[in-house]
Amino acid sequence: MEFLMDFIKILVATGRDVLPIILLIGGFQLVVLRQPIPHLGRVLVGSVYVVIGLALFLAGLEKALFPLGKIMAAQLSDPVFVYGTPEPPALADWTAYGWMYLFAALIGFATTIAEPSLIAVAYKASEVSMGTISQWGLRITVAIGVAAGISLGTFRIVTGTPLFLYILAGYIMVILLTLVSPKNIIALAYDSGGVTTSTVTVPLVAALGLGLASSVPGRNPALDGFGLIAFASLFPIISVLGYARLVVWMTHRKTRTAEKTYAV
Amino acid sequence: MPFGIKKPLHIPEGRMRSLPSRLFLNSCVSTEMTDNALTKKNPDFRMQETIWSCQSAADSDYFRQLSDRVNINSSITDNRHQHDTMKIFSFIFQRIKTAVTDLLPIILVVAFFQLVVIRQPLPDLGEVIFGALLVVAGLVLFVQGLEMGLFPIGEAMAYALARKGSLFWLLVFAFALGFSTTIAEPALIAVAAEAADIAGKGGLIDPDQKSLNTYALGLRISVAVSVGLAILVGVIRILKGWPIHFLIIGGYLVVMLMTIIAPEEIIGIAYDAGGVTTSTITVPLVAALGVGLASTIKGRSPLIDGFGLIAFASLLPMIFVMGYGLLIFN
Repeated sequence: MEFLMDFIKILVATGRDVLPIILLIGGFQLVVLRQPIPHLGRVLVGSVYVVIGLALFLAGLEKALFPLGKIMAAQLSDPVFVYGTPEPPALADWTAYGWMYLFAALIGFATTIAEPSLIAVAYKASEVSMGTISQWGLRITVAIGVAAGISLGTFRIVTGTPLFLYILAGYIMVILLTLVSPKNIIALAYDSGGVTTSTVTVPLVAALGLGLASSVPGRNPALDGFGLIAFASLFPIISVLGYARLVVWMTHRKTRTAEKTYAV
Repeated sequence: MPFGIKKPLHIPEGRMRSLPSRLFLNSCVSTEMTDNALTKKNPDFRMQETIWSCQSAADSDYFRQLSDRVNINSSITDNRHQHDTMKIFSFIFQRIKTAVTDLLPIILVVAFFQLVVIRQPLPDLGEVIFGALLVVAGLVLFVQGLEMGLFPIGEAMAYALARKGSLFWLLVFAFALGFSTTIAEPALIAVAAEAADIAGKGGLIDPDQKSLNTYALGLRISVAVSVGLAILVGVIRILKGWPIHFLIIGGYLVVMLMTIIAPEEIIGIAYDAGGVTTSTITVPLVAALGVGLASTIKGRSPLIDGFGLIAFASLLPMIFVMGYGLLIFN
């Protein structure tokens, strides 16, 4: 019964998310376009599926995964677990947080695979490219980027180095990779930065950052707790561009080897 | 071409362009399954839709091949009505299998850390399993709804607006879509309240509730306006065919310059604001809008020009939030 109440609450919240879109599209159809929407019934049923599906998804996450993930983040950054004593040393030792980095990377990877926005974009990309870009290929590449990003982000929180240095370095890498990447992947790569951080990843990652910043000695949650999401949206761009570059390079090498074989 | 080379390099650029993105090669199957009623009534439903969407690009033999394929598909559907129930079941089973695969990594990671590293039993196994089942059901419905509702409506709007030919209304729609979906976004409301709290404690603004609320509202409005503008600029880019990397790299330079002059307290929030703006319902709509526009307008490739709207929507808020910080704190 309590669960039902929770579910209805989430359903209403998701419905409220959709409301401006419905008003906008409906208004445009009535006032500007003045044409019926093709297959209106189908579209409406589909939209209802999206709202109910998303509400179920969120309710399930809140029931099962979020509490667990938050508890685990707290346990892994607990001084008793990290240093073996309840009193942390005055200066954080970044080598003591090995499990934390691993957990950050793995949970970043896993939540990105389940991220509905990324599923949507991967679906579209695979459709538009006639299957040349495989859905799983893109999703795994993006997830690896998020994993690297969040892991590095937790390292930044532990060491307390300034955020903008990492972001600056990331931007420079993105710019360099853009110059050498195949043209048709660039827009998709930039987009995959934005889609990784939504329903599943943000709550877990934010909890991870705030928990870590408040338990690592010498860190201020207000200043150091933020920024993980920025890592999670920057590094997938690098991994997608990098992977595209790698595939081009390998195809190129294969062709060259084949040509050599022919020549012999 | 990257990502699992199924059809490497040999699709000429022209063909990619003339490909109407409405013709879902994957979802042709799912349409048969889920929409039997419609197909029965009108077996040529897919076909008509295809011709309609191909009008702007009906130039190649490739189009003919595609419509042949669609014809074959609809005749297959006619012959196999008796197997419908079987097909529906195997289709649903397939979908559930995909959703379980999506969720599997999370389960493995949590289990590994609980059993190997933290070594404590799961708090309430029944609850967790129930929650996981809900997540699977939710993903199945969500993906089905994407194919039936969000993608088609986004593309239909793109086609309708492009055919109407009014640049003004197209841009109004783009801005309104970005603004209206962001202003009410729960993640943004939470982040803005948090940011106001921090600014109040830091002594940057008056710590009383009224000025905190004004600050948070100002933050939300600047993010929403920036997302609206981002979609608008992105649509203009698709129309003009500008290469995306100049705009994005230019944006990065502005972000870096603003970081130097912006107050320290706003920087972390500004960087995160870029990530939280694009919600799960906005992303598919915006992606469909971009791809729909790029495949309607002659000379644009859905892959090169259609994507990129979301990238703008995560870049511009950073600049606007830092600008807001400069404006308020100085």
